[in-house]
Amino acid sequence: MASFRKQKLWGAVFAAGAVAATGVVWADIGENRSLIVNGEIEMIVEAPAPEHVEGLSTIYSGWVFRSPETQMMQADDFDNPAMLDVDTARETFETAMGTEGQSCASCHDTPESLSTVRATYPQWDEEHGEVQTVEMQITECMTERMGAEAYGYDSAEMRRMSALISAVGRGEVVNVAIDGPAQSTWEQGQEIYYTRYGQLELSCANCHEQNYGNLIRADHLSQGQVNGFPTYRLRNSGLVSIHNRFRGCIRDTRGETFAVGSPEFVALELYVASRGNGLTVEGPAVRN
Amino acid sequence: MKRQVILAAGIALAATTLHADVTAPGDVVADDYGDIMESLTGEPGDAERGREIMVTRGLGNCIACHQVTALEDEQFHGEVGPSLDGVGDRWEEAALRGIVVNAKNVFPESVMPAFYRVDGFIRPGDGYTGGPATEIMPILDAQQVEDVVAYLMTLTE
Ligand code: HEC
Ligand code: HEC
Repeated sequence: MASFRKQKLWGAVFAAGAVAATGVVWADIGENRSLIVNGEIEMIVEAPAPEHVEGLSTIYSGWVFRSPETQMMQADDFDNPAMLDVDTARETFETAMGTEGQSCASCHDTPESLSTVRATYPQWDEEHGEVQTVEMQITECMTERMGAEAYGYDSAEMRRMSALISAVGRGEVVNVAIDGPAQSTWEQGQEIYYTRYGQLELSCANCHEQNYGNLIRADHLSQGQVNGFPTYRLRNSGLVSIHNRFRGCIRDTRGETFAVGSPEFVALELYVASRGNGLTVEGPAVRN
Repeated sequence: MKRQVILAAGIALAATTLHADVTAPGDVVADDYGDIMESLTGEPGDAERGREIMVTRGLGNCIACHQVTALEDEQFHGEVGPSLDGVGDRWEEAALRGIVVNAKNVFPESVMPAFYRVDGFIRPGDGYTGGPATEIMPILDAQQVEDVVAYLMTLTE
């Protein structure tokens, strides 16, 4: 009796193991693996995994997992609905705000002068002694330099401004620093990434490292990269921030999430961004 | 007065009977293989209800991860777990009960959630709200587990 049961057990373990060993096949990842935006910005949507990512050999942009229709929308700014938000933010960039009578343009001239920002954030900020996200940097400029009131971390204005910072950085190769003073924050993020949260006991890695390419109900799991953020989600007809996406994913584990803008999510963002070192900035990307 | 007492006693009796037969999540006994011999309720499972639980998002939502040919009329089957076709042949009832109650007893490190366990979680939430849990209920109740097991037993080839 016992040996019969054992045989069954091994059969199943073997079958499950075989699935894992075969791994992800091309068809699961999507046929389209070339993205050139506006006929000129060449994206790297597939690259060797950085050394510090032990669980992956190749990294893929979330773009390759989407349907051809959604993919197409991202290839041309006329079809990308997020570009309206980017245009609005361009105007805001030139508008004086706050007690100092300054606009973003007073210090930064054009948004294009900030083209390397998205690819290198989150980044250690010496003055504040902490790792800063793009949103935190925007807040710092507004409150400490312009004398303006801060946008909410996940407000529509903030998502638009961060979409502009991404848009002008498209095509830059993501290269987030993980050593030096940022190292302990990065390690905290890594720990969060591999923790199995919630009543479903699922970690980011369970879905995005072990199961990318697989369907979970109707969704095609990607590697959960952040190079396309803020993303324009067709389902919500609007921009979604990185931390809001993290919230949604932890909520879906029947877990208690961390707050948008919390130190935990800043650390997680640094870690996840570093898993995409070698891909190009694509934000604002289009998602279903 | 007398009648009231008798009625109250009757209710109390019914409540204890129900309680005595349902094994609480913390009292479930699994063997070394993760198998659970005893029914959690003593009531036979209802395969028809089990089918419903398998496909309902707020309940088992099993097809989020598993393909099941017999459930083909439902949209969107996942690929995270193996197909459940033929599990009724591959596994005995006690093993299927063990897998549904706590798959990690059978497949260590599995991504499959434990459907009848209430402790050991990190940052458990209040359902799918994202807020903290106040009281942790198992994802499925004891009879729902039995219903799912009864359904799985019908998946033979
Ligand atoms: C239960 C499965 C599950 C877990 C656990 C999970 N996610 Fe996700 N995640 C999804 C699904 C489904 C999507 C939407 C499809 C896709 O892009 O993968 C998604 C999307 C994302 C995206 C958007 C990717 C893009 O290109 O648009 C990011 C970023 C992300 N997840 C990060 C995380 C992080 C970080 C964690 C852990 C805190 C996590 N996820 C945990 C299921 C999960
Ligand atoms: C988040 C994903 C997930 C969910 C949800 C899930 N499972 Fe699983 N299940 C798995 C995985 C993965 C395996 C393979 C075992 C392993 O982890 O290696 C598995 C294995 C099984 C097996 C053994 C299959 C075999 O062929 O040996 C059964 C039976 C099963 N699951 C039933 C269920 C039922 C019933 C439900 C819902 C009440 C469910 N599962 C929900 C992921 C899941």
